[in-house]
Amino acid sequence: MPDTAWWLDLLWTVVKGVLVALALLTTFAYMTLIERRLLARMQIRWGPNRVGPMGLLQPLADAIKSIFKEDLRITKADQLVYTLAPLIAITCALTAFGGIPAGPAGSFFGLNPWVYSLDVGVIGLLAITSMGVYGIFLGGWASGSKYPLLGGLRSAAQIISYELGMGLSILGLLMLVGSASFQSIIGWQATNGWLIVFQVFAFATFLVSSFAEVNRTPFDLPEAEQELVAGYLTEYSAIKWALFQMAEYVNMITASALMATLFFGGYKGPVFLDGLIPGISNWPFIWLILKIAFFLFLFIWVRATLPRLRYDQLMRFGWKLIFPLSLANTVITGFYLTYFRGAGLWPLGILGLIGLVLLIVMSDRARRLWNTPTHRPDAERPAASRPVGGD
Amino acid sequence: MGVLELAKGMGVTLGKLFTKPVTVSYPEQRASIKPRFRGRHILTRHPGTGLEKCIGCSLCAAACPSYAIYVEAAENDPANPTSPGERYASVYEINMLRCIFCGMCEEACPTGAVVMGNEFEMADYRYRDFVYAKEDMLVGVEGSIPQRREAAQKNQPVRVGFKVEGGPRAELEGVKYPT
Repeated sequence: MPDTAWWLDLLWTVVKGVLVALALLTTFAYMTLIERRLLARMQIRWGPNRVGPMGLLQPLADAIKSIFKEDLRITKADQLVYTLAPLIAITCALTAFGGIPAGPAGSFFGLNPWVYSLDVGVIGLLAITSMGVYGIFLGGWASGSKYPLLGGLRSAAQIISYELGMGLSILGLLMLVGSASFQSIIGWQATNGWLIVFQVFAFATFLVSSFAEVNRTPFDLPEAEQELVAGYLTEYSAIKWALFQMAEYVNMITASALMATLFFGGYKGPVFLDGLIPGISNWPFIWLILKIAFFLFLFIWVRATLPRLRYDQLMRFGWKLIFPLSLANTVITGFYLTYFRGAGLWPLGILGLIGLVLLIVMSDRARRLWNTPTHRPDAERPAASRPVGGD
Repeated sequence: MGVLELAKGMGVTLGKLFTKPVTVSYPEQRASIKPRFRGRHILTRHPGTGLEKCIGCSLCAAACPSYAIYVEAAENDPANPTSPGERYASVYEINMLRCIFCGMCEEACPTGAVVMGNEFEMADYRYRDFVYAKEDMLVGVEGSIPQRREAAQKNQPVRVGFKVEGGPRAELEGVKYPT
């Protein structure tokens, strides 16, 4: 909008930013409720249903509780960093979502339905989300205690490891589209079909790395209660603790939105529905929200099913499987685009599908490649001087 | 465990999403417990004469591992006896905060006077309200101290939040629980 005054532009951007933040925080609040209800139902329980009708006021009760709980002051903590860490985490989480477009340009009452739009959209967004690890690591460090420090270190190592796989997964996609801005990615998908068709292999690695990136089960090592008390947020209480939780959930929503936008056509709905209701495939918000909801359900569903990985398994999985696989995907896509572009894009999709099916079928054999620690024969092992398991 | 097994597990959890939960909405819905559940003690009476079975021998207090029971015995008035023996328990108190519901008192009692019933809803506010006296535990007293207090305040009958499958055990003569 070049003809409007710059301050009006700024004002509307601020308003949109606040709206996005409010929407994300509300979604976070109700995500906790929905997650608890769904987990409960998957475990044949009811879940929270006492506060308000159907338990709908539970998030409010939780909020009041975490605000009015005693905010413990840790004497050994570095007070400034200790206070800033949750703020860094939540700020990065909230900022990241602003770049995701929720509709075509100018469809939100004449405004663009996104807060900011960068030419390097995807890359910028990944950069901002990965800044969130500073919050986690600094929080662990500033607590002045050993368990949080270990937890913070582990989180940092985990997130950096999976960030690589995540970034590499989408490189093939970016090569296909030829641009990193969300608008062109969605536009490309509108004309050529959803990218999941052509990059199914990349989607698989991206999905797995997203789970690790947002610290969700089966990769929620940062808060492994059994090993590390509660990981990096051991010493946090009350509202600061809640801010970390908030950041985790907001990251989850952002990851869902990323997957929906990059691989599932973003805010565009299926075109054949236009025959029933004209223009429905172009309605802003609706399709993106539906797709985000689907991925959020997937996150919860996986949490209800899978047990947590061990830390060494997690690192090995990231470095020995996800990283080479996404690298291979990038190389193959690049190779294909350089030499066989004339043959159309379909063979690329079929190639990815074959790769994925092969990987799933061979998963039991492939696992040994990355999941067996260096083998030591029994003879080399020192004999146990005490009974195994302690006395 | 390959990826296919993971998928199978995901299928199981998804299937459970559509089954009816087994949760009992406890205060509104009565919890169902088994007759052998060991809850708050009952002091029984002889069914024919209505005399208290307790003869004040203090064996339950001696057997109690957590020293929760206090018994004071007194001589029976021959004209108007409280118990069929020579003596009876003039004071019989159990501190429910100390009681570990082990059932040793039951085992030790020579006359089967103290039996563990099925009541468990004894949460209260003040320490002294957890000391249950004879008149709180004799057969025919329904509900715990807080439940009876609340019922008296609201002018309603005592409502216990559980039901016993198959009714109370044979030793709990005269005790009635909702079934």
